[in-house]
Amino acid sequence: MSIGLISFAAVAQFAPVVLGGIFWKGGTRRGAMAALIAGFVVWFYTLLLPALARSGWLPISLLEHGPFGIELLKPLQLFGLAGLDQITHAMIWSMIANIGTYVAVSLLASASADEHRQASLFVDVFKQSGEAGGARFWRGTASAPELYNVLARFLGAAGAEESFRQYAAAKGLQWPRDRLEADAALVHYVEVQLGGAIGSASARVMIASVVKEEALTLDEVREILDEASQVVVYSHRLEQKSHELEAATAELREANERLKELDRLKDDFVSTVSHELRTPLTSIRAFSQILLEEPELELEQRKKFLGIITKETERLTRLINQMLDLSKLESGRAEWQDARLDMREVIAETVTGMSQVFGERDIKVEVSVPDRVAPVRGDVDRIIQVMLNLLSNAAKFCDAGRGRIEIALSEQVGALRVDVRDNGPGIDPSDQKEIFDKFRQVGDTLTAKPHGSGLGLHISRQIVEHFGGRLWVESRRGAGACFSFTLPHE
Amino acid sequence: MSKKILVADDEPHIVAALQFLLQRSGFEVLVARNGEEALQLVEAAAPDMVLLDVMMPVRSGYEVCRRIRERPEWDRIKIVMLSAKGRDAEVNKGLALGADLYITKPFSTRDLVEKVEGLLAD
Repeated sequence: MSIGLISFAAVAQFAPVVLGGIFWKGGTRRGAMAALIAGFVVWFYTLLLPALARSGWLPISLLEHGPFGIELLKPLQLFGLAGLDQITHAMIWSMIANIGTYVAVSLLASASADEHRQASLFVDVFKQSGEAGGARFWRGTASAPELYNVLARFLGAAGAEESFRQYAAAKGLQWPRDRLEADAALVHYVEVQLGGAIGSASARVMIASVVKEEALTLDEVREILDEASQVVVYSHRLEQKSHELEAATAELREANERLKELDRLKDDFVSTVSHELRTPLTSIRAFSQILLEEPELELEQRKKFLGIITKETERLTRLINQMLDLSKLESGRAEWQDARLDMREVIAETVTGMSQVFGERDIKVEVSVPDRVAPVRGDVDRIIQVMLNLLSNAAKFCDAGRGRIEIALSEQVGALRVDVRDNGPGIDPSDQKEIFDKFRQVGDTLTAKPHGSGLGLHISRQIVEHFGGRLWVESRRGAGACFSFTLPHE
Repeated sequence: MSKKILVADDEPHIVAALQFLLQRSGFEVLVARNGEEALQLVEAAAPDMVLLDVMMPVRSGYEVCRRIRERPEWDRIKIVMLSAKGRDAEVNKGLALGADLYITKPFSTRDLVEKVEGLLAD
């Protein structure tokens, strides 16, 4: 068999696609590619492969028994088609594959608007040039102003003007000073510009309406509808995207606001902390310098000043410890024991621990607890911390000399309740929310500012809430304060 | 006659330190524990200088400063702000309200006494 015939069979594979491209509007690029590939695969299999096998490059059994022994796939008698010469056999199968794939893929994958337009240009080329000279070879009655009006209707006056200016500039003219000739090139140009805005098929129809009276054909209407539905789908997708973007933007804005707020809080916090640290440092530094500069101080005064330095140092230490504690609580790094607690023991222990302070200030303490209480769950050290905080606050604000603190333990529905009541000056209702904030102390006009970090109640509340309880205060100005907290039953 | 200085601060230990330092330098010292008391004492005792803490109960040091500067007859009273708030904005606010000097806590005792003496020597 001659190499010429094999080559002819190969070249013949291009024929369906080329003819389809010229005469069939429905043909698509993807269909053509698939057709060529399918045709060539069959050509290779039925013509080239046997040649290779005969010359010994491949086992000859491939021809006699088919690949993997499948008789149906024998290259020379594909699907049992026998009795033809090899070229005819190859042409029949490769054309079936080629044309079949072309038609199938083209019909299944619908053409894009652009392909449609291109296809129409090719397929209808004789019709257009035959009737009125066609788009390219058109000689008619349209005028440049008319084309301009059409363009302006869809692109707006500014857009149309810009388009015309660019077109004129490309031709070396000055628009609108120089008159533009409404030739085929201008018509085509306007059509392309319009196509960008309303789709190419619609653009062609619009232009046609200006340059010549012509009824819409059904085909063209279908194309317009096709295009419109494509545009609708596309704009729907765009709309969805823009909704998503809007939502994302809103989220980002919100996150930004939160960050700003956090930043402001952090700023406030740093400012407050530095103030709280500087205050004891001021006393410490001043008295240290005084002691350093005044070697002649009386012993009594010396002792007093050293006492102040010690106290302020303790205050500083306490503040730093509480700040570390707070940062642990707030970052969630605190380690919590979760054990069964007998609140009666916790109360007894803390009261004993505070007895020295109570004694120094001559404070009477009354404890009333039931004989038996249900156990609660919690971290014993943390609950003791809360009790100590409440008791030392109460001791601090009690009237000196006639101070009185009442501690009561009682059962409630589902929880134990602890009350710590003092007979101090009380807290204004307006201040009662604030005292649980960080670094918030309610200054008293008559007594000196209480010593303390202003963190104790804030920390206590976090601890109680961690175990599912509540910490609150009830008080009236001049009538003492009662701090209470609950812990849920086990 | 020794000059009178009013110390207004709600921190008793700081007041004690200032009282000791100023008395040692020969000044007469009055003490106020909050802004309201400070204004009353300015009215009642006509001090030559007020040492004002900024963060005080009832009325802040800023407010006391502003109220003193509102009264022309108190023009001669020197005002020194003394505060643990040391950011530029806060210092500038104090000076804008008419303070003669803004000293941040903690301060050097020698520096403070020298500045007080300098202001009162004018």
